[in-house]
Amino acid sequence: MTFPHHRHAAHCESGVVSNLVCHHGVPITEAMAFGLSAALSFAYLPFIKLSGLPLIAYRQPPRSIIRGLGKVLEAEFRFETFRNPAAGQARLDELLAQGHVVGLQTSVYWLPYFPEDMRFHFNAHNLLVYGKEGNDYLISDPVGEQTVRCDAASLSRARFAKGVLAPRGLLYTMQKPGVSTITPRVARKAILKTCRTMLAPLPIIGVRGIKMLANRVVRLDPAAHRSSLFVGHIIRMQEEIGTGGAGFRFLYAAFLQEVASLSGMEMLSGFSDRLMLIGDGWRAFALATARMVKGRDALNPVTLADLLRDLSRQEEVFFRDLKTALN
Amino acid sequence: MDLQNVPQEGNKTLGGYRKAVYARDAGGHIVVAASNGWEVEEIVTSQAVEEMRSLAETARQNAINGLSSTLEYWMYARRMDLLLLAQSTGIWRWRIRRHFRPEIFARLSPGMLKRYAEALGLAVQQLQRLP
Repeated sequence: MTFPHHRHAAHCESGVVSNLVCHHGVPITEAMAFGLSAALSFAYLPFIKLSGLPLIAYRQPPRSIIRGLGKVLEAEFRFETFRNPAAGQARLDELLAQGHVVGLQTSVYWLPYFPEDMRFHFNAHNLLVYGKEGNDYLISDPVGEQTVRCDAASLSRARFAKGVLAPRGLLYTMQKPGVSTITPRVARKAILKTCRTMLAPLPIIGVRGIKMLANRVVRLDPAAHRSSLFVGHIIRMQEEIGTGGAGFRFLYAAFLQEVASLSGMEMLSGFSDRLMLIGDGWRAFALATARMVKGRDALNPVTLADLLRDLSRQEEVFFRDLKTALN
Repeated sequence: MDLQNVPQEGNKTLGGYRKAVYARDAGGHIVVAASNGWEVEEIVTSQAVEEMRSLAETARQNAINGLSSTLEYWMYARRMDLLLLAQSTGIWRWRIRRHFRPEIFARLSPGMLKRYAEALGLAVQQLQRLP
């Protein structure tokens, strides 16, 4: 059994949802799914800890891509969570038997096909199940180039992992494919929403969140082991956790370029180029940080904070201009 | 990032996987490209993995020397921390901390051991031993 709509994607949620929508006959790219759901963001959440380190997100919270895209396309997704693993597995089997392709939220740690070094307790991973053979589920995990298999016991454990963002067995199916053409109007609305998020008057969100993170970084003690872990963690959130590079900035630039081909949206092509350059700035920040983590350069919180402040300024100007251009 | 700058540096931590990144081709179109890794990612991932390995190793030495129970070792070996183990088992943190004391861990009821073993994906006999 094969799944013809498996496509390699940068990010699990946008990858899963675009593949699922394609499966239902609406051809859509990952970048389009990401952009239309207004998923680009930045959030520095010091009160949510992952292994003792603050949550730093370059995108909107889990499930918002699926929900957001559903709204824009007027498609209908159905979400179900379960109290116990047995019920969760029974429902999954039932849906597969009815011929559904089913989306799941899982932990990364308990998925045996993941590379050993990538298995962390991160609970907001997404994948599609398209069949079952014997005791194995057939899985389209968009972070891989090929489809994979996973035994029932491991999958069940991954679905019912506990902790921050616990999936509680979450599964989702597409009930009704919505509209199949993307109009300039919906694209404009989605972009303005992202501008609003990035320019939000809240200290921990958007360009202000980046600035706040810079203020945190500048206070790090260069001699402490913990400081190196902290800055390394920022880069993991930015580059390692499936972002398509530069904390989703390249992915969003791809979206802007795609929208630029719609009528009346030609000016977005220039914005796409500008965001690619800002993305290169994020990559330079990642490189500078990694050199310090590795000990090639001495850990210098001031340098890193300056790079972050500069990125915050660049993004502030970028999203201001973008907003003006669309209004 | 341009297509020819997409890193292909053979990142060990990817375990043979290639990841999708977005880059600009010669015609200026942004396309998906498969990258077999960037050293920057390898450095930060190895750092996180190494940190967890060293926590587990310290806990292992403590268990050998009778300073801590095997439970603490297995918690770190499973890449968890106290908070996550508490959330996974439904046992309060102060109680788990108490169970890190070898003499108290040795007297735990079979039911309690089973809760820990299940959360850590182990058999009860494994939980009571070091690998």
